Amino acid sequence: MSLAKPAMRGLLGKRLRFHLPIAFTLSLVAAAAFKFTVTEPRKQAYADFYKQYDAVKEFNAMKEAGIFESVRPSGE
Amino acid sequence: VCLPACLSLSLSLCLFLSLSLCLSLCLSLSLSLSLYVLDCSLPQYNCRLDTPLPDVPFVRELTNQQRALKEKEKGDWRSLTKEEKLALYRLTHQFSYAEMRQGSSEWKTVLGGVFIMLGFSGLLLWWQRVYVYGPVPRTLTPDWTEKQTQRMIDMRVNPVHGFSAHWDYDRKQWK
Repeated sequence: MSLAKPAMRGLLGKRLRFHLPIAFTLSLVAAAAFKFTVTEPRKQAYADFYKQYDAVKEFNAMKEAGIFESVRPSGE
Repeated sequence: VCLPACLSLSLSLCLFLSLSLCLSLCLSLSLSLSLYVLDCSLPQYNCRLDTPLPDVPFVRELTNQQRALKEKEKGDWRSLTKEEKLALYRLTHQFSYAEMRQGSSEWKTVLGGVFIMLGFSGLLLWWQRVYVYGPVPRTLTPDWTEKQTQRMIDMRVNPVHGFSAHWDYDRKQWK
């Protein structure tokens, strides 16, 4: 029986040459996917909310609901 | 609060009792039988995947037949039959690599036992919940949680994505 001599050297290098590019691309893809599915929509949602936000109107509504301690509703 | 402590105390008491029972059984058995005591200062046989050549052969006390086989082994190996070669292998090794690797179905028993004990614990906790625990705090009653929810809506808690984003302030209902 004459089997071929197995590879004795360069095993780590071969593994790294195969796995490192895959690892880097997958990491970049994961980061990009998170950015464009989570952070960008979230930033847009906040921007849209505050575009039409009237702070004084909201404050008056909250005041009438009676949640503040320093400013009571207009009825009292 | 002291009831979980009581439960754990009773469980530990159960374990201690069962352990002491086991120990007493073992002691009684050892007094009646003559146990082989292992001398750990001498080389031992080991059945491991990473050491293919153990320190000592598996079978130490050979019968006459086995001793004759060992004498035959000192000669030309081509004169040995297949059965003799296998017998020599079994003299020096307990399991082959395939037998060492095969594994067992013990995990099913273990998992089954674990689930039985978990289920039993669940039943105990259920009984505790019904017969031992007192009433919930007043902050968890429906009356309080209604007032709490209304206050959260009035405060505009998380208006962008979260709580108040789901409340329609114009129609005064959930979206």
